[in-house]
Amino acid sequence: MDNTLAKVLQNNKKKILEIWMQNQLSDVSLRDDLISNEELRRQSEELLSGLAHAVANGSTENVHAPEYEQVTEILSDISITRARQGFSPRETGMYVLSLKKAISQVLEENYNTQPDVLYKSLLTLTNLIDSLSMVTFETYIKGREEVILRQTDEINEISTPVIRVWEGILALPIIGTLDSARTQTVMENLLQEIVNTGSSIAILDISGVPAVDSLVAQHLIKTVSATRLMGAECIISGIRAEIAQTIVHLGIDLSNIKTKATLASALHLAFSMRNVEVRNMNKNKGLNLSR
Amino acid sequence: MERIPILKMGPFLLVTIQVDLYDRLALNLESDLINMVSKTGARGVLIDISAVSIVDSFMGRILGNIATMSRIMDAETVVVGMQPAVAITLVELGLTLQGVHTALDVEKGMELLQEKMGISEHPEQDEEEDQDDSND
Repeated sequence: MDNTLAKVLQNNKKKILEIWMQNQLSDVSLRDDLISNEELRRQSEELLSGLAHAVANGSTENVHAPEYEQVTEILSDISITRARQGFSPRETGMYVLSLKKAISQVLEENYNTQPDVLYKSLLTLTNLIDSLSMVTFETYIKGREEVILRQTDEINEISTPVIRVWEGILALPIIGTLDSARTQTVMENLLQEIVNTGSSIAILDISGVPAVDSLVAQHLIKTVSATRLMGAECIISGIRAEIAQTIVHLGIDLSNIKTKATLASALHLAFSMRNVEVRNMNKNKGLNLSR
Repeated sequence: MERIPILKMGPFLLVTIQVDLYDRLALNLESDLINMVSKTGARGVLIDISAVSIVDSFMGRILGNIATMSRIMDAETVVVGMQPAVAITLVELGLTLQGVHTALDVEKGMELLQEKMGISEHPEQDEEEDQDDSND
């Protein structure tokens, strides 16, 4: 039966492609904003000839056989590109499944007088395309996961800068939600930087943290304790009104930790702890930075 | 038996731990140190753990014990030079060493102890030096 399918695929390649393209172009879910018609045609033609070649040379049972390597490669390429271009899983899946419709239409035209041959080749075709669509989905999801992983890495890299604001004073602005993994990185970076610079004060600015729940507070307390163990003081700044409310409502005890509303006042406290004074340059003496 | 040397520096005792502590050694240190405090009437104990890379809950507890015992005998304890990894481990173990003073290095630890004792030979001069340092 495999021969029937192979023969049909070889002899009617042009026709199948035409029907397939027509189906795709007339489909309402066609995304001509993401991919041009020529590109789509080129992709489809490549996939179809690869498939015809594979079916002619190998069995239709196993799509992981070496004969299908080329087809699965083309399919993987297509689905990974589509994942990156922003196609939905449905659109990607339908692309492969719509090939089944085109081929079965041609099969029907050729063998409508031999129902048993038609039935068997249709069955083979269905199995084959189903396996191929599985491959498509696997690679599509892999492509999406790669995108997500890369983004997570990027966020982790950019999110924990430790800034040296003054001799012996470090600042660490935290942007985004604090989870355990991030706290770990934040803590490690901060402690390492304390050792490297010999700083005795660290300011933890949480203006960019959207919400503080008991877990986040726990993480903050841990960081402060670790800093204290190293022999440095830790000040938490950037506490907004809502965050203060949540902290009190949750019953979190921050009384052992120095907290300030703004980074400026934390810096001011740090200066006075290090006996540093900031003065205005104009002649009015005694106008210190007092906030 | 292996022991960790305890040095007397004026009114303070200085302990530098250069090896990874195992339990027996830590227990010896605890009793030696307390005996030394009572014998010399030291006012402060400075423990340098900058070379210690591994701690467990037992070590954390020993440090806490030393601090509490010293406090009873009227001596302050300062732990200096803790490694970041050690600090993280202790925090994860829930041992925040309440009651133990900490400092970045031996020098800052000494300053802290002197401040605590109120023993500063030239207080004004010291203050000026501090300011100069921080303005650099």
